[in-house]
Amino acid sequence: MSIKLSNLYDDFRDPKTIEAYAKLIEKDAKTIDKNIGIMEVCGGHTHTIMKYGLPQLMPKNIHFIHGPGCPVCIMPKERIDHAYILSMQPNVILVTLGDMIKVPGSNGSLQDARAKGADVRFVYSPMEIIKIAEENKDKQIIFFAIGFETTTPMTAVVIDLVVKRNIKNILFHINHVTVPEVMKTLLVDLDNRKVENRIDAFLGPSHVSVIAGSKIYDEFAKDYGKPVVVSGFEPVDVMQSIYMILRQIIEGRCEVEVEYTRAVTKDGNEKANKLINTYFEKAPFFNWRGLGNVANSSWKLKDDFGYLDAQNIYNEILPTNHIDDHKLCLCGEILKGMATPVECKIFGKLCKPTNPIGSCMVSSEGACSAYYKYGNLK
Amino acid sequence: MCLSIPSKVVSIDSENEMCTVDTMGVKREASLSMMKEGEVKIGDFVLIHIGFVMNTIDPKEAELSLETYKEILDFFDEEELKNTIKNGDECVNKTI
Ligand code: SF4
Repeated sequence: MSIKLSNLYDDFRDPKTIEAYAKLIEKDAKTIDKNIGIMEVCGGHTHTIMKYGLPQLMPKNIHFIHGPGCPVCIMPKERIDHAYILSMQPNVILVTLGDMIKVPGSNGSLQDARAKGADVRFVYSPMEIIKIAEENKDKQIIFFAIGFETTTPMTAVVIDLVVKRNIKNILFHINHVTVPEVMKTLLVDLDNRKVENRIDAFLGPSHVSVIAGSKIYDEFAKDYGKPVVVSGFEPVDVMQSIYMILRQIIEGRCEVEVEYTRAVTKDGNEKANKLINTYFEKAPFFNWRGLGNVANSSWKLKDDFGYLDAQNIYNEILPTNHIDDHKLCLCGEILKGMATPVECKIFGKLCKPTNPIGSCMVSSEGACSAYYKYGNLK
Repeated sequence: MCLSIPSKVVSIDSENEMCTVDTMGVKREASLSMMKEGEVKIGDFVLIHIGFVMNTIDPKEAELSLETYKEILDFFDEEELKNTIKNGDECVNKTI
């Protein structure tokens, strides 16, 4: 057989294969006499899981626990305020990705800033920033860069162009965070979790490991005793990965395995990692929404490139104090895998995609938005 | 924002480190800045993420996965067939 592009889509969504894996999982789950909580770290997985109704295919003792891997959801309010304040400066064009423009900060969202006259733009690819800068030489472009391992090297490519071409009107506000450090914080205090929220194993997102390799999870298997399977995003990928996790548990193994062998290697993309290390170094900590300060969990520009850092340049007008979330919003607990959206009192009532109160309802990768959209609530 | 999309490379502009890919009938441009020179060829399957090629997809590995799925399906089909025959044997209305 030779693969066609359609195989890469259709065959990994095939309902019969999903069903077959459901049977294999059911058989295996019967031989395990305890609850197994599997955290899907990434919001993209949460989306697949809800869209294809996978929780309904799981035996009673197998639970999904939704994790903190949604870059928009984990952005704390004070950083959204940074973006808002920067966008309101004269002569500034603020550029960002994804659903970032809809998340409410304490003064409103970037969308609100736009309504008040700010020039806020949303791009599909960070490469578009170069064009925006060329077309607006008299303006200061600020890229509000967000994302995990998957988008960090793309920001580094843009920085590389800015440095090499000596482009004068682009600055960066860096909010790039990393997965393993935050996963570790979730493993502290496991005994204080409700039984159905205890984490026994992880589904690792494939695209993070396409860049960073599968090796970033080695310590979870070795030091924390948690199996990790690096999984693709199609429903068959997720079902196969769950099966692989159960096999590890039954056979008494605890390893990092790759389900997404079609594009993940142990070491990841060498050139991408080189680019990251040329321009970035680890920041001492990042304040994650709901999770608080996590050491070494984000990147900042190296001192040599401090002249490109919007946080340095606008230092005097950017607040540093922490701002609390809406008191009814459970995003913090949801991001920790301690609660599900349906436990939030205002889910689907006051808080909807058209009127989001918290970040988890805004982002299409957020758990609240996935629950609202697909509604197959268990 | 966070999904990576399988696509097929249809042309390469190595001077500008760009390529054109086909994503199920939709053509778009993608940057090759994260790939080594010569690493991506026309006809390759690649993963696209926010306008960048982030890696190539190994067709042999994809094939292996699909073969595994086929084996599992065949196994269940056979079980189902056996069950149908068994149920048939136990059927009270059996005439032969
Ligand atoms: S439903 Fe809205 S308010 Fe409730 S946790 Fe989700 S985002 Fe927060």
